[in-house]
Amino acid sequence: MSETRSEQVLRVDAYPTHEVGGYRVRAGKPFPFGANVVPGGVSFSVFSDQATSMTLVIYKRGEPEPMAELEFPEEFRTGSVFAMTVFGLDHENIEYGYRADGPYDPVTGHRFDARQVLSDPYARLIAGRDVWGVEPDRSRGYQYRSRVCLQDFDWADDTPLGIPAEDLVVYEAHVRGFTRHPNSGVTAPGTFAGLREKIPYLKELGVNCIELLPVFEFDESDNPRSNPETGEKLFDYWGYNTVSFFAPKAGYAATGRYGMQGDEFRTLIKDLHAAGIEVILDVVFNHTAEGNEQGPTISFKGLDNATYYMLTPEGYYFNFSGTGNTVNCNHPVVRNFVLDCLRHWVADYHIDGFRFDLAAILGRSLDGTPLPNPPLLELLAYDPVLRHTKLIAEAWDAGGLYEVGNFPAYGRWAEWNGKYRDTVRRFLKGDPGVTGELATRIAGSPDLYSSRGTAASVNFLTAHDGFSLADLVSYNDKHNEANGEGNNDGANDNNSWNCGAEGPTDDPDINALRTRQMKNALAILLTSQGIPMLLSGDEVGRTQQGNNNTYCQDNELSWFDWDQVDDNAELLRFTREMIAFRKRHRELRSTSHPTGRVRENLGLPDISWHGERAWQPDWSAESRLVAVARCGAGDDDVVYVAMNSHWESHDLELPALPGGRSWHLFADTGAEAPHDIRTPGTEPELDNAGKYLIGPRSVVILVGRTNDPDAFDTP
Amino acid sequence: MTLNVKERRNKTGTVLVATGEINSETSGTLLQSLLPLVREGKPLRIDLTAVTYVSSAGLRTLLVVYREAQHAGVAVTLYGVSEEVRFVMSATGFLDFFETGEAAAAAAKAKAAR
Repeated sequence: MSETRSEQVLRVDAYPTHEVGGYRVRAGKPFPFGANVVPGGVSFSVFSDQATSMTLVIYKRGEPEPMAELEFPEEFRTGSVFAMTVFGLDHENIEYGYRADGPYDPVTGHRFDARQVLSDPYARLIAGRDVWGVEPDRSRGYQYRSRVCLQDFDWADDTPLGIPAEDLVVYEAHVRGFTRHPNSGVTAPGTFAGLREKIPYLKELGVNCIELLPVFEFDESDNPRSNPETGEKLFDYWGYNTVSFFAPKAGYAATGRYGMQGDEFRTLIKDLHAAGIEVILDVVFNHTAEGNEQGPTISFKGLDNATYYMLTPEGYYFNFSGTGNTVNCNHPVVRNFVLDCLRHWVADYHIDGFRFDLAAILGRSLDGTPLPNPPLLELLAYDPVLRHTKLIAEAWDAGGLYEVGNFPAYGRWAEWNGKYRDTVRRFLKGDPGVTGELATRIAGSPDLYSSRGTAASVNFLTAHDGFSLADLVSYNDKHNEANGEGNNDGANDNNSWNCGAEGPTDDPDINALRTRQMKNALAILLTSQGIPMLLSGDEVGRTQQGNNNTYCQDNELSWFDWDQVDDNAELLRFTREMIAFRKRHRELRSTSHPTGRVRENLGLPDISWHGERAWQPDWSAESRLVAVARCGAGDDDVVYVAMNSHWESHDLELPALPGGRSWHLFADTGAEAPHDIRTPGTEPELDNAGKYLIGPRSVVILVGRTNDPDAFDTP
Repeated sequence: MTLNVKERRNKTGTVLVATGEINSETSGTLLQSLLPLVREGKPLRIDLTAVTYVSSAGLRTLLVVYREAQHAGVAVTLYGVSEEVRFVMSATGFLDFFETGEAAAAAAKAKAAR
């Protein structure tokens, strides 16, 4: 007779063999690390190379004092792993941690202190910061409390979307900031559940990938500063200060107070996938929230400081991250930790990719020198579980290692292209001598990525770190006074231009120019080869009042203001149509860099450059006008983009088109809305086939096609 | 907090009335009560009117019942889900799996109005 699903299978290892501290226990399995529910109990496994003893500390949920302290019997240690199964625990109502005993000798790297209760590095849930912004009880000895987590989830038919990298349109967003504004209209503002309610907005916008600022558990209350003008407490809003790498942030979940953040986040991912939107996590493996020798001991420091951190010969912390410590990423144990962590997010949360903060650190050796063949980067590139996830590097670090275009890629890694950002910003501003480099950047930066293809370049003009798009065209200088650091924080080299007045103005000409500049930026970004990334809110002109470093601003400086969806409907519409245009024209998403080779069916090169005169680009230092025409494999349309950052209008001579095609006007940022942009496929034919007057500081986009707009549709 | 369960049978099926909290300690009892009812093959209504809290393990237990019922071709309806429990089930996605009594009633009303 076949066994029913409900009948429990009895196992030999479901029986205790020892008793410790009044609890029935047996030796656990070293792998997997962390706390795992097994028949009859919970198996705990933790690594420490130099600990002389290890004690499991168990609390009743929420209680300040432990209900049990169970020292691992010597025979429960395998190698440097302490593993024990404890029977009879109510896994849902306990919190746990470890006391590791061993030498305290910072010069040799060891900082063991058995008085401290330490978080499990592999904890899947953390309690202690359950609701965002609630002031914690700091008198408690154990702040970030590991919890046992059920890891089953009904994904139904959810599978990876597998969107080709070159087809992505990435939207960088902050979980809390996206819906925290009082006007967001969602049931649970500032949470995974709130974001889930806004999926229709993302879908309508047309983005197919959301990149979330850190969602691993961090402590928003660990910022000691306050706003010098208002006295209000400042937070660690961005969250680049990881407390626990396997645990989703409870404060980002409407159900965090019930410990259900895992399920809430999974449900968000599942529904984003159902809407055709991939999820990339911004992950921070370069440093942790433990800081330097002055910082708190949370987990790694007390468990195995010398393994997890890069240390100077004197036992101090190397600081390539600019935040106090540097994770020892290429130590074999730490490599496996990073790998286990990413596998966890892919296998248990269906995450589609990762953006690695200060990823250059991941290529440093144990003493900090850059490695020619970094084993961690290679490991991640070839790992079977991560094989089809997107890997994106922020290819620099605070220690001066700058690897944009040179990041060890193993055929897999893409990069945030900071050179793209800087070049396009300088062009938009009207700097001289930029047209040549601009051409290289919008063609997918072949100077940087010739062997890796265009999708190695994640193109962006704005990101969480820096000015928003609206501020990029409204401020010459940063205005970070609210951060309480005397305006000394944040970048100084912004390549921004305020269009004639610093900050908000009633001058209609300046405001019109700012709107046009934002459209110019979006038009260039979304017609460039490479993966475009938009900063959340840029599509509706979100302002941070000139603050270019809002890491600590949990308020309207950072939050998405949903009133702007209506107030800036013109810019939103422009962004939507630009995204739709990119999706319709495969030539803009070609994986290979254009070569200038003539396509036989059209008699035109895959890419050609033009100026005021067709076929005669002006690369001189004073030129501020460049036009590009593209016709790639798979499309029979020609896309012509003219970019004019000059303060004067110019007559454009348009290149002649083959085979009954004529020029149709898709976008002209110099035109008044609604004539600034059309719905792709409905572009009107130009009256004068050979000429077009491009206005000052404008971008014009034309489509060369037949009058039957559907004749050459991209499938 | 304990969980009490009572069965009530009527012409159309079985109603299981739960009182208390459904969590890791009590969900085993609930499962033992529900699985035999699912196997009877009659429509099953789980009345949660007097349930004040459903934990992560509790939600999983309800989902296991749902999956078992689906396997057996039995209709399972949740009834009397409190606002708080509904919010938690909604935020965590569990609500998507279930037909709730209120929703069923609304659907029937809409059908009658056509």
